[in-house]
Amino acid sequence: MTTQVLHNGRPQTDQIPLVARDIHKSFGNFEVLKGISLTSRQQDVTAILGSSGSGKSTFLRCLNLLEVPDSGDLLVHGQQVHIEKNRQGESVPVDEKLVERIRAHLGMVFQQFNLWSHMTVLENCMIGPLRVLKQPKAEVAERARYYLNKVGLDERMQHYPAHLSGGQQQRAAIARALTMEPDVMLFDEPTSALDPELVGEVLLVMRKLAEEGRTMIVVTHEMAFAREVSSHVMFLHQGRVEEEGAPQVLFKEQQSDRFRQFLSSNF
Amino acid sequence: MTLITEYGLALVSGAWLTLKLSGLALLFGACIAMPMAIARSSPRRWLAIPVRIYISFFRGTPMLAQLFLVYFGAGQYRHELQALDLWWLFRDPFYCALLTFILNTAAYQAELLRGGILGVPLGEVEAAKAYGMSAWLRYRLVILPHAYRIAFPALGNEVILLLKGSAIASVVTLFDLMGQTRAIFAKTFDFSIYLWAALLYLVITMLIVRLWRYLEKRINPHLYRQVMVTPAPAAAARGQTT
Repeated sequence: MTTQVLHNGRPQTDQIPLVARDIHKSFGNFEVLKGISLTSRQQDVTAILGSSGSGKSTFLRCLNLLEVPDSGDLLVHGQQVHIEKNRQGESVPVDEKLVERIRAHLGMVFQQFNLWSHMTVLENCMIGPLRVLKQPKAEVAERARYYLNKVGLDERMQHYPAHLSGGQQQRAAIARALTMEPDVMLFDEPTSALDPELVGEVLLVMRKLAEEGRTMIVVTHEMAFAREVSSHVMFLHQGRVEEEGAPQVLFKEQQSDRFRQFLSSNF
Repeated sequence: MTLITEYGLALVSGAWLTLKLSGLALLFGACIAMPMAIARSSPRRWLAIPVRIYISFFRGTPMLAQLFLVYFGAGQYRHELQALDLWWLFRDPFYCALLTFILNTAAYQAELLRGGILGVPLGEVEAAKAYGMSAWLRYRLVILPHAYRIAFPALGNEVILLLKGSAIASVVTLFDLMGQTRAIFAKTFDFSIYLWAALLYLVITMLIVRLWRYLEKRINPHLYRQVMVTPAPAAAARGQTT
């Protein structure tokens, strides 16, 4: 498959796929994110680490507006998402249609897979491109089969999610994201809900994607994956970036004690 | 037995009217119930509250009272209704009963469907959002298909309840199954006609239960064990289906 198909006919520009600047987010009085920035260039694989409660999942969910940031800039392919306050004082995006368009170009893989349980695996993959991107059926079907084959589920595509193992479901969810041909793929702890022996098959698929040059942002507890696959590592602590940089450097010597502690307790 | 040979046909024509009345009411009621359920589960109060009032009125008062309200109450406004060209509807007991049943079952169905909407797995709705689906698409492709499946057994219950409840149509001069039975009894004073009518109601409800069970399996293939497209040769030889 050539890059033309991968990028969906859209012109390849130098535009940076995703920029987040100084993202703040509070739930009630609790400030979860205290100003986090991230630039994801094409082919970057960013690993976001941190203990639970550090805000890493919330930050990832802010990137596709599943949570709406209270302040900060979010630019997807140079398009800025404007935020306003509604009458209840909640942050809401000004242009809901723009948010929908942006989400369609950011593929999300969830911790709990969240496949649509009343559709077969193949239907799960096809429904987004068909109904959201409004692409022709034959083309979508071919692409869905291609990606299902790629994640090793070509035998299972007529099955319903409930009839698959956790690892198979997560691979199906990855194929679903891929069939949308997203510019950036967001992974929210993709292996945390899996039995230990099923983690490997999902990581293997993700590793392949990284090698292909997909732009990925991965919230994970898999240190080996962060160290070997990512091009950039962010360590969050209490809503702030405690430390970040290239994994080769970061895993060798750490500036912050917290990151050192975190690493020693996670290896 | 002579009772049945003589009046069987009348009984069956009554059953036909019962089926027509409740079938149409369920169908039209379902059309109203869906938008009502969506409005009822909306966080916007100005949408949710009128529906709540509507539902509590129709669930909280006897259907017989509702029927009288429509059938006798409308007569009080005959001139206004004639001016609006709606008198044809309120003059005819069939339309009055049908209207009452539609409004009544719509309230019940809306409440059942709301329960279904509340039961849709949140993660799947979130996934629909994350894939760029608009609110319309989310309802169309994920929320409603789920909600109907969840509400389906309860809706089957409502079908049976309305079918039996429709017997009150006989009070406003309609010759549904109950109306025919009463008329036959008035002529023959043979109470066994009530047994025959009860039997007919029973047969109809049993058929509905059967139909519902079949439909439930059809719409929920993901809840039942996968039927293999190509059974393993050994299993096929033993005549098993997995």
